Amino acid sequence: MKKIKLLCLSVTMVCAFLLTGCGGKSNKKVLNVYNWGEYVSDGSDDSLDTIKAFEEWYAETYNEEVTVNYSTYPSNEDMYNKIASNAVSYDVIIPSDYMIERMIKEDMLEPLNFDNIPNYKYIDQSFRGLYYDKKDAYSIPYTYGIVGIIYDANVVDKKDVGDWDLMWNDKYAGSILQYNNSRDAFGTAMYKLGIDVNTKDKAEWDRAAEELISQRPMVKSYVMDEIFNMMESGEASIGSYYAGDYFIMKDAQAKNVDLQFYYPEKTNFFVDAMCIPKCTQDKELAEIFINYMLSKEAAIANAEFISYASPNKLVYEDKGYMEDMGEDVYKTLYPNIGDFSKKYNEFAYRNMDQELLDYLNSLWETVKIN
Amino acid sequence: MMKLFKGRNHASNTALAPYSIWAFLFIIVPMVFIAYFAFTDNNFQFTTENISRFFTTVSNIRNEDGSITEIHTYLVILRRSLKLAIISTVVCLFIGYPLAYRIARANKKSQKMMMTLIMIPMWMNFLIRTYAWMTILQDAGILNNIFTKLGMSSVRIIGTEGAVILGMVYDYLPYMVLPIYSIMVKMDHSLIEAAHDLGCSSLSVLKRIIFPLSLPGVLSGITMVLIPSISTFYISQKLGNGKIFLIGDAIEGQYVANNLHFAAAMAFVLMVILLVVMALVKYFTNRYVYGGEE
Amino acid sequence: MKKIISNLLTGLVYVFLFAPIVVLLVFSFNESKSLSVFSEPSLYWYKELLKDRNTLEALRNTLVLASSATVISTIIGTAAAWGIVRVKSKVYKATINTVTDIPLTNPDIITGISLMLMFVFVGSFFGARNSLNFWTMLIAHVTFCLPYVILQVLPKLRQMDKALPEAAMDLGCTPLRAFLKVELPEMLPGIITGAIMAFTLSLDDFVISYFTSGTGFQTLPIRIYSMTKKTVTPKMYALATIIFFITLALLLISNMIDAKSDEEEEHIKKKKLFGGKTHEKN
Repeated sequence: MKKIKLLCLSVTMVCAFLLTGCGGKSNKKVLNVYNWGEYVSDGSDDSLDTIKAFEEWYAETYNEEVTVNYSTYPSNEDMYNKIASNAVSYDVIIPSDYMIERMIKEDMLEPLNFDNIPNYKYIDQSFRGLYYDKKDAYSIPYTYGIVGIIYDANVVDKKDVGDWDLMWNDKYAGSILQYNNSRDAFGTAMYKLGIDVNTKDKAEWDRAAEELISQRPMVKSYVMDEIFNMMESGEASIGSYYAGDYFIMKDAQAKNVDLQFYYPEKTNFFVDAMCIPKCTQDKELAEIFINYMLSKEAAIANAEFISYASPNKLVYEDKGYMEDMGEDVYKTLYPNIGDFSKKYNEFAYRNMDQELLDYLNSLWETVKIN
Repeated sequence: MMKLFKGRNHASNTALAPYSIWAFLFIIVPMVFIAYFAFTDNNFQFTTENISRFFTTVSNIRNEDGSITEIHTYLVILRRSLKLAIISTVVCLFIGYPLAYRIARANKKSQKMMMTLIMIPMWMNFLIRTYAWMTILQDAGILNNIFTKLGMSSVRIIGTEGAVILGMVYDYLPYMVLPIYSIMVKMDHSLIEAAHDLGCSSLSVLKRIIFPLSLPGVLSGITMVLIPSISTFYISQKLGNGKIFLIGDAIEGQYVANNLHFAAAMAFVLMVILLVVMALVKYFTNRYVYGGEE
Repeated sequence: MKKIISNLLTGLVYVFLFAPIVVLLVFSFNESKSLSVFSEPSLYWYKELLKDRNTLEALRNTLVLASSATVISTIIGTAAAWGIVRVKSKVYKATINTVTDIPLTNPDIITGISLMLMFVFVGSFFGARNSLNFWTMLIAHVTFCLPYVILQVLPKLRQMDKALPEAAMDLGCTPLRAFLKVELPEMLPGIITGAIMAFTLSLDDFVISYFTSGTGFQTLPIRIYSMTKKTVTPKMYALATIIFFITLALLLISNMIDAKSDEEEEHIKKKKLFGGKTHEKN
């Protein structure tokens, strides 16, 4: 018996070393991509696996092998921490707008060489010169979206619908979901109160915190991804999330649930954009990758997978894409709001200095322990 | 003989050397780093501000009647974490001890089977298992469905402290069973039989023989459950509906906000408290239970 | 009656332990993307899982990390336990014992943050680019596995008669041979339990990996955790289900082998007792 166990142990050992051995790939080109979880088409449902497609395309075009090391992060802040520690080296990252502003300010991003990114021309004009990267030197928009409110029409009265007040409506106490991240949660309160979400006035932040504390008894749960399951099953009836995700929930809703969606008048607009951090080890390769992600096939596959709006003309003007999304979805994702950049510059989150961030964080702790 | 003896001693030092070096580099030195970060500001200048912030930060909470109370934010969070961790440790002990006893008394074959069945869930990461608990415990979840089908009224579980405790008990129960079992299985059964023969009741056998003998296992079980329960942040986020904010959540929140020095300060305070408590526990058990011997 | 109750309660604990596993097993066969609303049974997510390169890569990474950490911590830990029993200096012994307790009394979040701070600080001191990587995660995992290995091996050594290896050497065994033939077999059950614990702990860990992970080496827990903006898909449940069945199968096989070899051992013992030929050569 002991001999057999010893044998098992040594087999494990050998396997371990073999496996580790496989890890040490020879001097093939490597590209380290760092992205949100579930934020690139992975080949499900016979869609295009964009990462794999890039590798194949690159091998064909440049006659050289490349391996994409793809890792994911849960939030802008987690990504920022890793990059700021100077202990990692990623080539492509996809942060949100306010984080890009911060990273540019802290000199953490490389200016892009647009000669390597000719596909940039397909990015809509409204996405040029946005506040976070006024000269369009560091970032290329990947997705954008608008935050809205999702509700279960079987529970929520039609006449209560329309604004942020729904999330503070006593009638639905116990079935309201609020964000479990400070910036978005404060955002909902500030849009409701009509406060500038980027105010430097601490008293205004205090007011928003008060509003969140008064909401707390009505809140069923502070959520991020849990909102999907809770809305789908009818566990909760009101919640705020990103437009595209509503359709994912709608697809999976239970029989007795009828999810609907609307944009409040004042609400958050966001852009997530591709950037190259200073720690890159192969900037040119990173630019080629970004360019590839802007190409028609890849961009459509990603947009369909993520189901957020795309700033890429090759996507949103494509007939096949429109058909795949369906009219309803398309209209919701790309609402006619007039001048996007004007609305965007008014309502998007901006970077805050560390002191204010700290203040926000302690207010958030107060909300959470109340 | 003398030479041989020396040779063995030399060998023992050589065998211990890699671990000593490892322990110094990766156990001792990182603790120094925690202390260093806890006592410095962003420019690495000495400060006690982070530590004092932990003890002095206050916030106002609104009571149900609308009045406002001022509380020490982090002390309240710490107290709540300790409370939940202690409760789940006690629950783990009450479930784990009889279970370990039952397994140790089974025949060899079933012993192995039962122990591995306890370990198996751990091979699927606890994130996934905790996620699955959400589906069970939700208000419209599986458990409440069963309750309603049985004609009982549904119960609010998720989002309560009870749900968080349940999550902790679930995740850390194997850590309680394992050490207790490994002591019990080695116990001399003739001793127990002798006690029975001498007229001891089952209860007094348990009290006078089995429990004292299994105490070392109980102690390490308590440590292995208590410590991770205090610092968890995933369980409280998922099963506490994000409404039960524990010290782990606070530390993680400060890390995410890139407040490394304050996060380190909180970690430092927690570390000191736990090291002192555990040292005291060890000291007193050595002194009163083993009469000063190890 | 007493026995029935005790069996019933034991059964209940096992139901409790396996309840979430049943849930993830069921929902892994869900047609839709939901983890709370079951629409129709389908193998869709299993097909998707097999196509998902990044998840499979994360699984591979997790296994590589866990098995490397197990091997290293088992070797270093066993050697350490062997040394601890024999070392003469009382101060040294006490220090080592105390230090071994530290990782056990430190919550994982503290171990994770402290190691991360150290790696980052030392890395930037030497101007290294990738100071968080596979190796830092490996170091972190070995560090928290080591005490468990040591604590499993130590009791076996303490139980052993210290005169045995010396007797073997007096009878002409080389120290190495004495170690291999006398001490190692005594330690082996402890070593194996320690190794299994190390492997399990490493697989189950999320917090320490979260803080010490770096470029290009992502494990499964970190991948799952990073799904918190979009959603955890039933794909992960499918993966967990597969892992469950593989583990179960391995377990049954090993139990079968054990049972068989136990029988053989009994057989040999009987033969010895009743004057059969001895099989041992030394």
